[in-house]
Order: sequence, then C-alpha cells, then structure tokens
Amino acid sequence: MITLSGVSKSFGTHKAVNNISLQANDKEILVLLGTSGCGKTTTLKMINRLIEPDAGTILINGNDIRNSKPEALRKTIGFVMQHAGLFPHYTVAQNIAVLPALLQWDSKKTKNRTSELLEKLNLPQNIVSRYPHELSGGQQQRVGIARALIANTPVLLMDEPFGALDTLTKAAIHNEFKSLDELTNKTTVLVTHDVQEAFELGHRICLMDKGQIVQTGTPAEMLYHPANDFVKDFFASSRLVLEYKSATLQDILPFLKEALPPEVKGAANVWQALQLLSSENKYSMQYDAVMQAFSQYRKLQTA
Amino acid sequence: MTQEQTLWQFIASQQDKLLAQVGQHLGLTFLSLLLAIAVGIPLGILISRRRRLATPVLGIAGVLQTVPSIALLGFMIPAFGIGATPAIVALLIYALLPIIRNTYTGITGVNPLVTEAATALGMSKSQRLFKVELPLAMPVIIAGIRTAAVINVGVATLASFVAAGGLGEFIFGGISLNNTNMILAGAIPAALLAVVLDMAIGYVQRSGLRSFRKLLYAIIAIAVALAAYFLWPLGTKNKLKIGFTPEFMGRQDGDLGLRQVYGMQLSPVVVSDAIMYKAAQEGKLDVISGYSTDGRIKAFNLVVLQDDKNIFPPYYAAPIVKSETLTKFPGLKEALNLLAGRINDSIMTSLNYKTELLNQTPEHVAKDFLLSAGLYKASKNGTKGTVRIGSKIFGEQYILAEMYRILIEGNTDYKVETKTGLGGTKICFDALMNNGIDLYPEYTGTGLLVLLTPSQKVVNEVSKDSQKTYNYVAAQFKKQYGLEWLNPIGFNNAYALMMRREQAEKLHIVTISDLKAYLNKK
Repeated sequence: MITLSGVSKSFGTHKAVNNISLQANDKEILVLLGTSGCGKTTTLKMINRLIEPDAGTILINGNDIRNSKPEALRKTIGFVMQHAGLFPHYTVAQNIAVLPALLQWDSKKTKNRTSELLEKLNLPQNIVSRYPHELSGGQQQRVGIARALIANTPVLLMDEPFGALDTLTKAAIHNEFKSLDELTNKTTVLVTHDVQEAFELGHRICLMDKGQIVQTGTPAEMLYHPANDFVKDFFASSRLVLEYKSATLQDILPFLKEALPPEVKGAANVWQALQLLSSENKYSMQYDAVMQAFSQYRKLQTA
Repeated sequence: MTQEQTLWQFIASQQDKLLAQVGQHLGLTFLSLLLAIAVGIPLGILISRRRRLATPVLGIAGVLQTVPSIALLGFMIPAFGIGATPAIVALLIYALLPIIRNTYTGITGVNPLVTEAATALGMSKSQRLFKVELPLAMPVIIAGIRTAAVINVGVATLASFVAAGGLGEFIFGGISLNNTNMILAGAIPAALLAVVLDMAIGYVQRSGLRSFRKLLYAIIAIAVALAAYFLWPLGTKNKLKIGFTPEFMGRQDGDLGLRQVYGMQLSPVVVSDAIMYKAAQEGKLDVISGYSTDGRIKAFNLVVLQDDKNIFPPYYAAPIVKSETLTKFPGLKEALNLLAGRINDSIMTSLNYKTELLNQTPEHVAKDFLLSAGLYKASKNGTKGTVRIGSKIFGEQYILAEMYRILIEGNTDYKVETKTGLGGTKICFDALMNNGIDLYPEYTGTGLLVLLTPSQKVVNEVSKDSQKTYNYVAAQFKKQYGLEWLNPIGFNNAYALMMRREQAEKLHIVTISDLKAYLNKK
C-alpha cells in the first residue's frame, strides 16, 4: 500500500505537484491519468525517490520512504519506463538479471526465475542471448516488464509503459498484462495519458490536472459520476467506448437473458465481449442480449 | 632505384640504432599515453559529474594543446631536466585533451533514459558509472585514445631534442646532415607506427569492447611491459654525461672525428643545440658539442677543450647566393660585401651573448652593431624587387640575417623579406636551390663536410686552413650548384667540445686528449 499525503514539488517557480494526497491499495492497479505536464510522472518518480518532494510524506506499507537509502528503497520497487530503458550493451538475460546481480542471487535462481517470466510474458526462451536492438518494440517492452518483476517486489511503478507501441501490439500486451498473476500480490501505480489504456488496465483512476488531483475513482465512477465539468469533458470524446469498457460481464450478468458461448465468458469487459460476438453471425442473438443487458445496467448507473 | 637501394643499405647498416630508436619511440608514446589515460579518464568523469568544471578543464587542456611542441619541451627542461621524463610529461599533456574531451562527451552522451533506468533499478552512483555509463561511453573514449596515440607518435619525434631518443634522432640528424636516407629511415617507421597504432586501436574500437575492466587489464599489461623496458638502463654509461647535437653526431668534424682521430668511443645522448648549453650549465650534461662563437660559452662559464689533434678546423662564415640572383639584383653583391671582414670572433661572441643572454632582439643587436661600425643607413623603402633572406634556427644566423636586411634596404632600392628559423642546413640549402630564398649565411665547413662531402683525402688537404677551405668550397659550389660564396664576414666558427669551467679545472681536463684519458681511467 502506498500513501501520499500533502505532497508538493516545484521546479523553479513552476509548481509541478501541488499538495496532493492519494492512496494505492494492495493488489490494485492505480492509474495516474492526465495530459502532459499535469504532474503525474513527477508524482510517480517521487515514490521511488528519483525526485525528492519539497513537502509532504510518502509511506509504503506504513514506512516513510525517507527512512531508507534511495538505492535500498529502489531495490524494493519495480520500475517500467517508456521505450523500456533497456541497457543496450547487455543481452536480454543480463538486462533481466540486473537487480538479481545487485542482490547477488545465485545464477541458478536467476536463470529459473528468468525463464519463468519469459514464459508468462509470452517471450521465446531463446531470446535471452539477444541484444535489445535485435528485438521488436513489443518484445523490448515485455523484457522491461520482466526486469521490473524479477525480484517480486511489493510495489511496481510504470511510467507510460506502453506509450511507444502500435495499437495492435498495445492491445495484445494489455490483455496479457492485466491477467498476469505476478500482479496479484502487488501495489501497482501506472502513469498514462491514454484514456483507453487507463480504462482497460486501471482498477481505479486518479485524474490529474495542473499538479492537482481532480477526481479519484473506479472507471465507472469517473464516467457516471464526474466530480466536475473538467472530468466530464476529459472523457467526452471517447465516452461511448469507455462506457462499454468500464462494465464487466459480471456487472451486466443480472440483466442478461441469453447464455453466452464459452469463448466469450473470459472477456475482460463488455466491449471485448461485444467484439467477439459481432465477429460471428451465429451469435447475433447473444449480441443483442448483451446490448440490452448493458443498457439496463447503464440506466442504473445514471439514475 | 639507386635511392631506394641506398636507403635499404642505410637501414641495414644502422639496424641496431634503428631498433633502439623504434623501441624508445614506442616506449615514449605508450608510457605517456598510459599516464594520459590515467589522468584523463578520471578528469573526464569528474567534469561529467560537475558540469561547472567542464568549461575550465577543457579550456585549459585546449590551451596546453596549442602550445607549440618545441616550446613545451623547452618549458619542461628547468623542471624535469633532460631525457625521457620531460618528453613523457610533454607528450602526456598533448594526449590529455582528446582523452578528457571524449570521456566527457561519451558519458554525457549516454541516453538519459538508460541512466535513469539504472538509477531506478537501485544502482549506486559508482555501479551506474562502471556498469552502464563507462561501458556505453567506451567506443567514444577509445576513439579519444586513438587520436591521442596518433598525435603522440608524431610529437614523440621531437623527443630527440631533449635527449629522450626516438626516431627523431634520425629525422633531425638527417635534416642537419643533408642525408635523405637518414631522414627516411626515421620518418618511414614513424609513419608506419602511427598507421599501425591507429588501425590496432580502431580494431579494438570496432570489436565492441564494452567492459571497462578488460580495458583496464589491457592497459596494465602494456604498462608492465613498458616499465620493464624503461627500467633497462638507458643511454650513457660514461663517467661524464655527454650530449651531442644530431648534426655533430654525423660529421667528420664531430663524433666521427672523435672516434677516428682520438679513438674515443663515447655513447652520447642526442640533444637539441637549443637546450644543450643550458643543460650543461645546470649539470644535466657534462660535455657538450657547441660552436666556438656561441655567446653562452661566456655567459654560462663554460670552457672550450683544446683540440690537440685538430679535428675541428676553423671555418669562415659567408653569405651564399645563386649567381643568377646576383645578376637579377645589381648592387646586391656590393651591399652584402659591406659586412665582409667586419666581424671577428670576439665581436661575434659578444653579439651572440647579447641576444642569447641579455635577451635583446636580433634586430636591435644588428642595428647597434651597424651603427657603431658606421655601416647603418636608414631604409630607402625601395620598391624595385624583393630579396628573400633565410637563416637557420639559431641566434647567430638571426643576427646576420638582420644585418643583411638593413644593409640591403639602406644601400639598394630593394625590399627585403626575411625567412628566419629554417631548421637546419638541409632546409636552408634546399630552399635556396628551389628559389624559396635568395641567400643565407653559411659556414665553409658545413659546405665542405655536409653539402659537398668530398673524399677523405680532399678533406684532409683543404681543411688545413680557413682560406684553403674557402677557396675549394667557393669553386666547387660555383661548379656544382651555380652558387656563389661572397666574401667571408671575418669570424671563424668551429665545432668544439666544452665543459663547465669548474668541473674541467677540478678534473684537470684542458684538452680533448685529457678528456679521453679521464674517461678511460678506471
């Protein structure tokens, strides 16, 4: 669990982060969402002391982060960055094993753990001897994630982790990532400017503007109970898609009149379920049923 | 083709010397390079951490780089004496800039995302430096070392000026002695060394050496090899430290004569005449070769050893000019001959003393003398043509060139351009033959032994007295080169061995034979 209270940071006269307080819970992905310059990345980097706050306190599982040395603190926090930030002079195996090397793990343990992560992240085992420039963007990003997960740290910070990927690759990685069992025992904070990404990955979203938090809540709360016009306007342009994405099959189950085919039951949200159903003509009945159920669910949300 | 053959013959006959020089050259280059790496890389790292220091540090290294190499070697003498030390320090200074700059550029050029990733993963500053920043900067750093290595191979040729050996001994000896084979025997290996070193380091650079540790091991291995080389006793084993100029080393009225006539097998260090006198005065050298009219003999309280077997015959100094130049500039000969017979030995010595010790400019000394001799006339600011006067690179020649300038400008309608400091005999003589200059002051002995190089018999015959030498040289120059020797200026200049007066008196050395007896005494 990560708790920020009254945290501020200025660069010169510019107040990058202005007196914010928030909490990221265990086992959840908290998304810091906002346009560039809103202070979300600064907030993230203060958690592992890449940036030192001017005021306020940050606690991780109740301990003030200022009580540990920055290097020691960072070894307990996984960090994934845009463009992966892999070391170009290291092989994939060496890149993944940076933290184990610093922690002086024995090589067998490192090797086993690496191979386990490669499997979970859908990377071929023979990739370990390659260099980052020989990999595709998606592969690099997966390696970056493996590097952050290897020591099974209780906290994972992600700074625009999928920002540099094309739409198709991004969608594939999103699905894998969300279902990654590695995340179930972690507190994850993810920074993005991509609204869709926030809705697909975040259990809760924290919308920031001009160094302050505008609203924190679940995706559905952000859509159906916006705190002010800023929040409403922020999601206006892709609102329809977001509504479908914010609802899970679980949410609409009470209103559903048709049984769903087995391949659709695993869908992450209503949007995905509809996509699967619409691709097969024989499922047009079920498609209509899901649409109707969603519409009833939606009425309840806006009531 | 005959040229090539004689070059091979020269190399074959001098191969021991050549190998020793190549060894010294490599030793100087590598040792200075290693020291420059040891100083430059930490400095580069420091300024990449404290950016405020970058501008001053790079600025100072840049300024040092622009100091002419000979001047830098000169500055080293008071602090480090002569021999390998001042040469290595000077080379180190030249190698610094590319190494510091490339280390700085290499480290600051590392993608900031990568360094941030290293920090975020929990690396300490030193872990980040050695695991990430230095390995990634390595190709750039090695490129800097490569530049420095090539610079050092070149500059190391100048090490022979301070008795540090190296291929410069052949190159500058060859220039003084008009011996093309000797120049090539030094210059070709030096060029090859530069090319080979450049390719070797280039190979290391391309091989993608990333590990700082591997580079460190390679450096230490080279250092140990070099240390072994340099701990080997270098140079002279004489009881007295002997230093000769490259020119003296190859002349009949020089080291060759000392061997043949006096039977002295000396192992002198080779040193530039610009620093030789000072080194003698300071006790860095005990016996040196010099000119009998040099002002520093008086100033540094040196004593000339008597040449009891007459291997250093006295020679006249006189201007040499192409015959066709004298036709082209009527009245030039008369103006130049105004100086004939006007300067005797003691006058020349005192004039040299004024420039070399009292730091008066050659212009000033020349004008003063001409005024007192009643020869001075103000310049007519003539426009009828330009006469170009050359001089070798030492004080006496500068003074003579100035005197000729004043005489020509005062007595004719020609303008004068002086091209002073033209290295040694070969450069002046070639410039004269190729119409780069119109005249320069030369010595009949040099004309005889360096330029004409007649048979031993002729040398013995004509060098019995100054006038005979002059007559022979003047006739031969006219015949072989179309050059005229004008009337002698008056003074006799000769080579001489000299020592500090107090040491010579203490050891009871008056003649060269005394010196030999002392050196042979157990």
